[in-house]
Amino acid sequence: MSLKRREFLGGTAALTTAALMPTIAKASDSILLGSILDTSGNFDAYGKPMDQAMKLALAEINAGGGLLGREVEVKAYDTQSDMALYSQYANQLTRQDKVDVVHGGILSASREAIRQTMRRSETLYFYNVQYEGGVCDRNIFVTGVTPTQQVEVLVPYAMQKSGPKVHILAADYNYGQITARWIQKFVEDNGGEVVATDFFPLDVSDFGSTITKIQQTAPDLVVAPLVGGAHLSFFRQWAAAGMKDKIALASTTMGVGNEHKVLTPEEGNGIMVAYNYSQELDTPENKAFKEKWEAAYGDTSAIHELAVSTYQGILLWAEGVKKAGTTDRMPVIEALETGVSITGPAGNIAIDPQTHHATLDVHIMEIEDQGMKVVETLNQVAPVDTQAVCNLQENPDDNTQYEIEI
Amino acid sequence: MDISFVILVEMLYAIASLVLISAGLAVVFGMMKVINLAHGEFMMMGGYATITAVGLGVNVFVAMLVIAPLIVGLIGLVVERLVIRHLYGRLIDTMLATWGLSLMFIGLATMIFGNTTTGISTPIQGFSVGDYQVNGYNFFIIVMAILLVVLLYAVFKGTRAGLIARGTMQRSDMAAALGYSPDRIYMATFFCGSALSGLAGAILAPLVGLVPTSGGAYIAKAFITVIAGGPSLIAGLVSSAASFGFVSQVFTFAISPVIGEVALLVAAVILLRAMPQGITSRFFKGKL
Repeated sequence: MSLKRREFLGGTAALTTAALMPTIAKASDSILLGSILDTSGNFDAYGKPMDQAMKLALAEINAGGGLLGREVEVKAYDTQSDMALYSQYANQLTRQDKVDVVHGGILSASREAIRQTMRRSETLYFYNVQYEGGVCDRNIFVTGVTPTQQVEVLVPYAMQKSGPKVHILAADYNYGQITARWIQKFVEDNGGEVVATDFFPLDVSDFGSTITKIQQTAPDLVVAPLVGGAHLSFFRQWAAAGMKDKIALASTTMGVGNEHKVLTPEEGNGIMVAYNYSQELDTPENKAFKEKWEAAYGDTSAIHELAVSTYQGILLWAEGVKKAGTTDRMPVIEALETGVSITGPAGNIAIDPQTHHATLDVHIMEIEDQGMKVVETLNQVAPVDTQAVCNLQENPDDNTQYEIEI
Repeated sequence: MDISFVILVEMLYAIASLVLISAGLAVVFGMMKVINLAHGEFMMMGGYATITAVGLGVNVFVAMLVIAPLIVGLIGLVVERLVIRHLYGRLIDTMLATWGLSLMFIGLATMIFGNTTTGISTPIQGFSVGDYQVNGYNFFIIVMAILLVVLLYAVFKGTRAGLIARGTMQRSDMAAALGYSPDRIYMATFFCGSALSGLAGAILAPLVGLVPTSGGAYIAKAFITVIAGGPSLIAGLVSSAASFGFVSQVFTFAISPVIGEVALLVAAVILLRAMPQGITSRFFKGKL
């Protein structure tokens, strides 16, 4: 068979156009939501349930007749825990798929990799993860907790239960560095003392010498904002060394990706945490959410806070779209800035107009037999760290991630 | 007093884990001159074999010390028959082939076990030394490393099979002239090397969260240890593991774990600059 170059090009061009036709036709009548998450690789424990929660929220919206009478369709990309893929897929979402909104990003590094792309292309962006705080950008909405919301509540409780000397172990990137500084501030504000702070790259998995070092500094309390699969080894080695009953342990990240279910009860029991969500929350919204999850995926054990944040983030966005009566970016932003709120599985969550962050409930919990037992609940905690540096109402063109002076 | 004991234990533990990580490679690369870039993946498979066996209700020590080495040894045997035996003496080619194997094993493990973190908890309780708590499992690793070195020495020095293997690695044509089949001997040696890698992966599994890409964390350290060790198999392994373990732990305790890792690499560079043929080209010459 002979195929001339010209015929080949003509043929393929026709094919490509034909292949693109249905997408274009479809795109015009449905709302497009872009999702960009690590559903495989090192961070998949965070990303997979977030992806499931996103699909659950959309199914729910579509079952209720969609938004503004239009169906919401998803364009989802798996970034495989590879930061380089974030910018690639962000360009894909904004330039080729031309989505109406993007939800996603897990690590702070991934958020910063795509935030400017979203802003430049005027694509509304929701980041539904707890993070170090300080992002001030009118194009982004953050529905996760920030360090003060957690640490302000967790540190005094943990210190009161153990004592004033604190040793901090943190992941060595911006989340860990900044959270460590907040921990230090709240320890000192509560009359305590930080005896040492150690940082660990994300791939460190041997904590033997660290555990010896902790015993040298002899703290009353260890606070550990450690992140990812490799760092999980710390909690295991801590228990294996028999330290668990000697020095109290608190964490701002343990359990975010349901790590407490990988650890045995002997390894995990008693670790103190503070989150917006726990599966054990006894509210009608949470029960309904878990039933829906079970109907869709069977097993509810994978639900974690980031999944619930994603679910609530999508519902908040949907509220904004309903209120604005359009999916256009500026009207939706303005509608959300009126302080839109919903009651989700984790309680009432409202957009803070000044910072585009969320005001939400925080629960102090202790890990018990692979579950999280709620000890105390604080209602409607504001993101005071970001509020201290960011005011989008006075300065709407701001586009910085502030390092908050402590 | 207590603290010096605890630091001593941590130091011995660091040395012992380097010995374990490198023993399999010392046989495959140091003896047989096969650059096995899939060494880390052999260890990873040892870890998964242990976790799977424990999940099926096998005693954890049986799983670690018997099942994992056997399974990984058998995988090594298949790999040797299918790939490696065609490439003996072709250093660069084995590098490419084993790198491909390593990618394949990562892919297979991802397909079978998923790209998620798994693990088992340590089977030995911690105990206290004065005011300090020590991870009891560290002692197990130290004891296993000592046993392994003694066993290797006994086999290579004391048994006829060890003698034949060493002879074949030096002059396979002579061994063949004496009536031994080099092909068989290479096969058996590769099996032992793989089994040692599997054993190391199995023993270290309870300390870490295992993912299919875990092997990557070990491969560099293993090669550094074996290359810096030089021509003698056991003396090289022990002396270079001891130097690197010591240096990295000193810096870990004095400064931080990150600096400890850096110090290990700097020590390797300096050591190879001073002794390009490895430690045993200058010290312990002619020892096994």
